[in-house]
Amino acid sequence: MSGVKTVTAADRRAPARASRPRSLGRATAAPGLSGGARRGAGGPGVAAHGLTKTFASAQGAVRAVRGVDLELAPGETVALLGPNGAGKSTTIDLLLGLADADEGTVTIFGESPAAAVAGGRVAAMLQTGELIRDLSVRELVQMIAALYPAPRDVDAVLETAGLTALAGQRTQKLSGGERQRVRFAAALASGAALLVLDEPTVGMDVEARHGFWQTIRAAAAAGTTVLFATHYLEEADAYADRVVLLAGGRVVADGPATEIKARVGQRVIRATLATADLDGLRRLPGVSAAERHGVAVALTCRDSDAALRALLAQFPEARDIEVAGAGLEQAFLELTGDDGVSPAGAHPVGSDMKETA
Amino acid sequence: MNALVYTRFELLRTLRSKRFFVMALGFPLVIYFLIAAPNRGVTDLGGTGIPAPLYYMVGLAAFGTMAAMLSSGTRIAGERAVGWNRQLRLTPLPARAYFRAKVLTAYLMAGLTIGLLYLSGTLLGVRLSAAEWTQMTCLLLIGLVPLAALGILFGHLLTTDAIGPAVGGLTAILAFVSGTWFPLGGGVLNDIAQCLPSYWLVQASHVALGGASWPLKGWLVVAAWSVGLSLLAARAYRRDTQRV
Repeated sequence: MSGVKTVTAADRRAPARASRPRSLGRATAAPGLSGGARRGAGGPGVAAHGLTKTFASAQGAVRAVRGVDLELAPGETVALLGPNGAGKSTTIDLLLGLADADEGTVTIFGESPAAAVAGGRVAAMLQTGELIRDLSVRELVQMIAALYPAPRDVDAVLETAGLTALAGQRTQKLSGGERQRVRFAAALASGAALLVLDEPTVGMDVEARHGFWQTIRAAAAAGTTVLFATHYLEEADAYADRVVLLAGGRVVADGPATEIKARVGQRVIRATLATADLDGLRRLPGVSAAERHGVAVALTCRDSDAALRALLAQFPEARDIEVAGAGLEQAFLELTGDDGVSPAGAHPVGSDMKETA
Repeated sequence: MNALVYTRFELLRTLRSKRFFVMALGFPLVIYFLIAAPNRGVTDLGGTGIPAPLYYMVGLAAFGTMAAMLSSGTRIAGERAVGWNRQLRLTPLPARAYFRAKVLTAYLMAGLTIGLLYLSGTLLGVRLSAAEWTQMTCLLLIGLVPLAALGILFGHLLTTDAIGPAVGGLTAILAFVSGTWFPLGGGVLNDIAQCLPSYWLVQASHVALGGASWPLKGWLVVAAWSVGLSLLAARAYRRDTQRV
């Protein structure tokens, strides 16, 4: 687990460790920095420190972002991974200067977000945002490209985004997936040094997704810094140099994608087992949490192979056995303890196991 | 360079939008021929001393250009509703250039409306000197400044659902009290109308009566509305962008 830092609930509650997320950000920027150096891109990238944002809502104040630190080296591709409501979009709004943080600072290539945007160094594909009507696909992409100091060739970008056949089509006549591709093409055509993509592949079919990520990889290989938000672990794993895991408005882990995946890529063993006591199940090798629902038990496992062998050896009466990948939500629970996701005490074992492991 | 390209595409979009052609061009032209053609022989409309074809030419130009200026508000509200403004704020296009493009487009559309109505006017026998045409056009363009600001104010204040009735209703009321359809004569309504910028748009036709442009009151009314509405529009824009 070297390289992956997990911020536990206990850390967050301790006031003396208030500055910890900051050092966490620095420590984990190291692999990315070497990546940037490999591409020959020097200087500062993106740095956000201590971001907080609270919204007023009908249910009272919502603390959407509660102290997020984030660093991207130039040329690095970073995934902002988290379930819905983790604070990904708000974090992105704060990074881009679309919203003002209550606390914290953001610099993009050493400048304020507003200056970086005005200088054409940033292009973004927001989660919401439709296209304006009465323009063709090519005209719209041309229009956006023309606003930037060093745009890419529009026809080449359309080709890359698979929009050549649709270039003459009016934007209001496109399907949802096609519009998503146009928004991507517009961001790409900017030629900006930083691409920020909020859930970019939502609404794309498998083929479009594939083409999209190929393009992002090519852009990243050419030195573009990429930050994308996603709630698909697979996307973060496959396309990011580094993954920043966000839950309940906080960074809960930050490290290379493979290690984050190992960390959150847990499996759940379900079985019908009326006789075993939960404590016994929890002591099985590879098991990090156990729950009972009537005669059924669910074991959340770090190592499901070891757990399954031990389970069958110790509890041969177990039947209806199922092994499934744990959902991202459950993986987050494991990493974040109970904080902000479910009522306190609902998963005490998970928290205990993590802290003693 | 970049802001000009944006303006060019903005203009292209407006020319492609059907609503503009109906409200700002088609409607005033049709009404003009319906009202002015049967009255083309009237040389002194309602005691104004102005021939009917000229009076209605300017009156309907005022109507069409008001609709053209306020239509920028409809477009801004629509772009806000779909999140386009947020996306634009992430490009290097400065807010000033965005508004310049909107206002310039609205003015070019207004110019098209004015041009077509002038052409229709000459078909119905309007004859003015070059100086009078020029002066009248200048007064119309100046009188539209507060409406350009009002368009932006509406665009940032109202939702797409509200702005249609607001723009349509306001244009109809302003046109009525300002004397687009017929000269109102004296009375309280006329006193109120004189405090509105749209009244002075319609009054631009008075240049034909001997070179007098607006009286001081006209300039003051137009200037006051221009300043007031511009300030309100700027405030609405700032509040709108802070809300995200």
